[in-house]
Amino acid sequence: MNAPRNLPGWDEDPDRLYTVTKGRSRPPEHAFDLVTLIVTEQEPAPGMQSEHARILRLCETPTAVVEVAADLGLPVSVVRILLGDLLEAGTITARHPRFAPTKARLPDLDMLKQVLHGLQQL
Amino acid sequence: MVSNSSDTAVLTDRVPLRSTATNALKIVVVGGFGVGKTTLVGSVSEIRPLNTEETMTRAGEGIDDLSAVRDKRATTVAFDFGRITLSAEHVLYLFGAPGQERFWFLWDRLFAGSLGAVVLVDTRRLEESWYAIDRLEQHGTPFVVARNNFDGPAHTLAEVRAALDLPEHVPLVDCDARDRESSKQVLIELLQHLHRLAEAQTAVVEETP
Repeated sequence: MNAPRNLPGWDEDPDRLYTVTKGRSRPPEHAFDLVTLIVTEQEPAPGMQSEHARILRLCETPTAVVEVAADLGLPVSVVRILLGDLLEAGTITARHPRFAPTKARLPDLDMLKQVLHGLQQL
Repeated sequence: MVSNSSDTAVLTDRVPLRSTATNALKIVVVGGFGVGKTTLVGSVSEIRPLNTEETMTRAGEGIDDLSAVRDKRATTVAFDFGRITLSAEHVLYLFGAPGQERFWFLWDRLFAGSLGAVVLVDTRRLEESWYAIDRLEQHGTPFVVARNNFDGPAHTLAEVRAALDLPEHVPLVDCDARDRESSKQVLIELLQHLHRLAEAQTAVVEETP
């Protein structure tokens, strides 16, 4: 694909990404899925890193990890690190997807019916 | 603070999720460049499709290694997404993903746990779909194939099925990705396919003593 060049973060100065994460290169153990819903539990504190504060403002209503990444214009992996900080500080909670299908297991019929019903109502 | 104005714009621009939303689900729309993935996502999404990106390194599995970003050893893949609120509790995210080879390095990282996939095909460039179909089969991700038929059919669906070497049990449908109702039907087709598979699986489990 010819990736669009005007994407936020696409031509991001790698040093900026490095600075935002304070040089940490691996996310903590918390596994944030792309669609884990993040909910703010505490208002941003004065002097907080601006990306952290922005996430807290954004997630006043539940917001998926991928939406946070799009809003901040940062790669998903960087956002996962920032969210790990906030989770450890107790300023956010995470609503992880309840269902994770595997090769061996399909979603249960009940959930599929609910999704199907939701789509048919659109 | 300068950033305040843009924050406000983003917050007012965005349709927020309900506070009761607790469970998000994923469906991936895979297809070649320009086949209409973003159009399909946009036609059913309650938000204007957003774009984001993920970084990766090809060396080993160390995709999380952001020092590679700093050293410019990393490449970036972009993808877009939209969302549909299904109920007070459930919300469905639709991801548009290019089907080309380098994207599959990131499949597990980004799309593990997806309900399933829609392979969107353009009959003028069917060969672009072969790789995606092959990989989905390998991953065990259930999928349906939708032909984006904006120009009127040049081939029958049977011809498309034969050209894709698509097994009989994989649904193949026509759609117009620009049309909300048509795109919605593609998603319903995928869910019905998943439902049939899950029913068959349940039946097998019950027969096992």
